[in-house]
Amino acid sequence: MNILQVHGLAAGYGSIRVLHGLDFEVDEGAIVALLGANGAGKTTTLRALSGTIAARGTIELDGRDVRQASAADRARLGIAHIPQGRGTFVDFTVEENLALGAYAVKSRQQIRDDTQRWYGIFPRLAERRTQLAGSLSGGEQQMLAIARALMARPRILMCDEPSLGLAPAITQDLFALLQRLNREEGMSILLVEQNANLALRIASSAYVLENGGVALRGSAQDLRDNPSIRRAYLGR
Amino acid sequence: MQLFFQQIIEGLSSGAIYAALALALVMIYRATRIVNFAQGEMGTFTVYLAWQLDQWGVPFAFSLIVAGALSFVLGILVFRLTIRPVLSASESTIVNICIGLFIGFEALSLWIWGADTHPFPRLFSDRIWTFWGVRLSASNVGTLATLCVLAAGLILMFRFTRIGLAMRASAAEREKSPLVGIEVETMLMLGWGLAAVFGFIAAVLVAPSLFLSPPMMVAVVIYALAAATLGGWDSPAGAIVGGLLIGVAESLGATYLRFIGSELKVGIPFALMAVVLLVRPQGLFGRTAVIRV
Repeated sequence: MNILQVHGLAAGYGSIRVLHGLDFEVDEGAIVALLGANGAGKTTTLRALSGTIAARGTIELDGRDVRQASAADRARLGIAHIPQGRGTFVDFTVEENLALGAYAVKSRQQIRDDTQRWYGIFPRLAERRTQLAGSLSGGEQQMLAIARALMARPRILMCDEPSLGLAPAITQDLFALLQRLNREEGMSILLVEQNANLALRIASSAYVLENGGVALRGSAQDLRDNPSIRRAYLGR
Repeated sequence: MQLFFQQIIEGLSSGAIYAALALALVMIYRATRIVNFAQGEMGTFTVYLAWQLDQWGVPFAFSLIVAGALSFVLGILVFRLTIRPVLSASESTIVNICIGLFIGFEALSLWIWGADTHPFPRLFSDRIWTFWGVRLSASNVGTLATLCVLAAGLILMFRFTRIGLAMRASAAEREKSPLVGIEVETMLMLGWGLAAVFGFIAAVLVAPSLFLSPPMMVAVVIYALAAATLGGWDSPAGAIVGGLLIGVAESLGATYLRFIGSELKVGIPFALMAVVLLVRPQGLFGRTAVIRV
């Protein structure tokens, strides 16, 4: 069963078209990586999916076309987008960030439980619950961004370059966390990542974007073994 | 010394009114980066509504409540009809629209109710207490208490409610807020509605002493602009302190600097503002924008 089915996705900024009819899908419970060079359209794809920018084509979430829905509606329907860089609300405390993440959640009990749960998983966030998100380290902010996104209990989590600006050890922790979320809770993840090595290690399948279109698709295993991919993206 | 304290009380009392209107200005500025010059004129218009209801025999307290509710609707309508379509337009477009609203609302009041001034019922009793020769009227106390209630209400709402948090988020992070399901435009709209209520309250507080007339709030909005600038445009606390300071400076200045006289006293707050801004360009409570790269 596909959780996300995208067909003919076209988008851009003003008169500049970045995506030219993208087709791809994310299976329920899968980690799918979007790979590609700078400017290939990876970030634009996520922005088009979350409704941050306008797009043409169809975007089916659980079989329902959400392309006409506003960004806020899509968030409520279950698309969680962690944008590149600072995915947190920097002028708000850790606690407020989690509350904002749960903005669409009606049940106070669920909000309380989830908050406690995330504090359990990230004790450092619990220690810093009254600090401003902007004062946290890069790794802590990325953890907070993920916790914030998952407070809404989304159907699919979209991460844009989560490793950006992080030390390698912290990036390892982060990817281990994503993998754990996927395995233990069946969270479907769409992962945009420069570091193809890292992404292909946890992804089940991947798409390689080039000039706003899909150049190549396959299982993570196939792509790892593909000689041209190894040359272009894996550096060996 | 009695005169000094007397002037401080009078100053705080009129300063509370400037502060209420400055709060409205700051609320809108934080959310939309727009300085709504027309806030005072919108307030005057809604006070006319209250006055009209009162004239028609509606009980005064009830007239105020109805007009307060109508001002909330008016703020929302003004945002929907005039601001939302140009939200991403250039600054000068928006400034022009606010000037248009300023002139438009004053003209509207003039057209409907004429240029005559009308007495407006007093809001508080006419009791006066005297402490060591300093007179403290119920109106002084009531005005300051109103400001306290407004400020406390704002703090409670922004700190502790879900909608307040969403309004702050929309103001601070217009791009990211939709990603958690916040409809930013709805929040901006609520902000404009709320600001219009604050403008209404400021105008109601002013009306009994200035009398109701279409340009009643012109001087007040100028003081409120000065208060917001003095306190820092992104700080509600600054708006309150700025408003009170300007009220006190105005009344002390007019009393002790006789050569200035009552015609020129409008310049005193601006002299104060100029001096503060020389030292702190971001205002007393404002934050300098720090951009991390």
